[in-house]
Amino acid sequence: MSDTILELTDVSLAFKGLTAINGLSFAVRRGEICALIGPNGAGKSSLLNILNGVYRPQSGTIVFEGERFHRMEPLKAARRGIGRSFQNNALFSGMSVLDNVIVGLSRRARTTLVEEALRLPRARAQEAAFRERARAVLRLLELESQAGTAVGTLPYGVQKKVELARAIVAEPALLLLDEPLAGMNAREKDEIAAIVERLNRELALTIVLIEHDLGIVLRLAHHVVVLDYGRKLADGPPETIRNDPDVIAAYIGTSPAALAA
Amino acid sequence: MSVFLETLIGGVLAGTLYALVAIGFVLIYKASGVFNYAQGSLLLFGALTFVSLTEAGVPTVAALAVTAGLLVFTAVAIERFLLRPLANRSPLTLFMATLGLSYLVEGVAQGLMGSRVRAVDLGIDDLPLFLGDIMISQFDLVAAGVAVVLVVVLALLFHRTRIGIQLRGVADDTRAALSLGIDIHRIWQIVWAVAGLVGLVAGLLWGARQGVQFSLSLVVLKALPVLIIGGFTSIAGAIVGGIVVGAGESLAETYVGPLLGGGITSWFAYGLALAVLLVRPAGLLGERQIERV
Repeated sequence: MSDTILELTDVSLAFKGLTAINGLSFAVRRGEICALIGPNGAGKSSLLNILNGVYRPQSGTIVFEGERFHRMEPLKAARRGIGRSFQNNALFSGMSVLDNVIVGLSRRARTTLVEEALRLPRARAQEAAFRERARAVLRLLELESQAGTAVGTLPYGVQKKVELARAIVAEPALLLLDEPLAGMNAREKDEIAAIVERLNRELALTIVLIEHDLGIVLRLAHHVVVLDYGRKLADGPPETIRNDPDVIAAYIGTSPAALAA
Repeated sequence: MSVFLETLIGGVLAGTLYALVAIGFVLIYKASGVFNYAQGSLLLFGALTFVSLTEAGVPTVAALAVTAGLLVFTAVAIERFLLRPLANRSPLTLFMATLGLSYLVEGVAQGLMGSRVRAVDLGIDDLPLFLGDIMISQFDLVAAGVAVVLVVVLALLFHRTRIGIQLRGVADDTRAALSLGIDIHRIWQIVWAVAGLVGLVAGLLWGARQGVQFSLSLVVLKALPVLIIGGFTSIAGAIVGGIVVGAGESLAETYVGPLLGGGITSWFAYGLALAVLLVRPAGLLGERQIERV
């Protein structure tokens, strides 16, 4: 297995003349947490949507696990092992926490419709296995006590955890997180950041995330890519980014001393 | 009192048939956000195929199986050649596409099988039953029983199987469902096939009452107020809406009709739907849209 799990070369994306991403190249190493940062409209979410097959870039190449993206679609991306969470929670709000997480296992399903409708042994065995696997992930994220609760009735911070659980239950090779800490208080942020770190360390999960809280990003990420107006402004370990004068000028607008605090 | 009960029971039983037609719409609307105008044509198509086969001497069970198979095949074809190319278009575009589809299906069905009125014989005696001095139509009772069984089967399908859970996921948030590896095309095929089969049952029961012919496809117009009253997104709502319309129509016909000179059934459901729209735009059991601005 190669050290690089994902490599983008000269990727560009435009919407009817409006350039969202412009000649972007970077690589993600296996097992790292890579953070995408940049002001609103810098192209971060567009980039995540490219990686997950929602948008198709007009030019450039993307290689994931040694294979080139060709006519990528969300379904294909999911089947190849790219999982994701969304900026505003995209949970199935009428369903229970457990059912939400079980749906996360869809790409692992091996039974046919007929087997499931008639509840043949293979379908029942798969269902039991899925349930067990989903419960294990709920235990990992300390959500067991809420397994039967309808997701829509839970507080926002807990929903965020459920979305994480749903995204990791099928053991993706690459996990994309779109602002996992948005809309949370400091305590919740620390909790989710700690979970993300644990998932990365204990499950050796490669994570690409978008986050605005710079303090947490610089603490959490191994690798930071800074975007501005669809271009790459900087790319490197957090220590380098922290002191990069371009980044400070364009994105942060404060002195390095303030950041170091 | 017995006249009242008789009218009410007759109305409720007829209402279950309205509900059955409406459920076909709800299934498709929930899963793919399309108001399927062609549901009535598909219903006619199913009933016509069944009648033509039985007229040609095919045994009932075999005719039912062949028709069901044909409807599943049609559902797959509709998904592949209509929905998939139009994915991500506006709901209005999709609605127009189903409008076109309804003419296509109707035209093909009548072109191949003719447009004369046919009788469906489902082998159910239509002798009235007496409960004390209340008269109940045996046919309506059987039809209502079939509708109830069908609803129970659908409920089990959606709440007990993984496919059902996936389907609810697609209905709830399509992009999340896709990102988890749910094959949305397959889900659409399943939903359209199930809606077609529900339509077949509804078509046969309606057809047995009024004959199978072009006007059968106009049951769409009966389903519309039911959907508005019950809510487009709720199967339970379709059932409640159907029963409310059926019972209301029947009671209004008996008690208000003479005062207005009759003809009340042709507009009563729409008046009721209008009233519901004013009070609860999402219907009695539909999901209210809350949007953050």
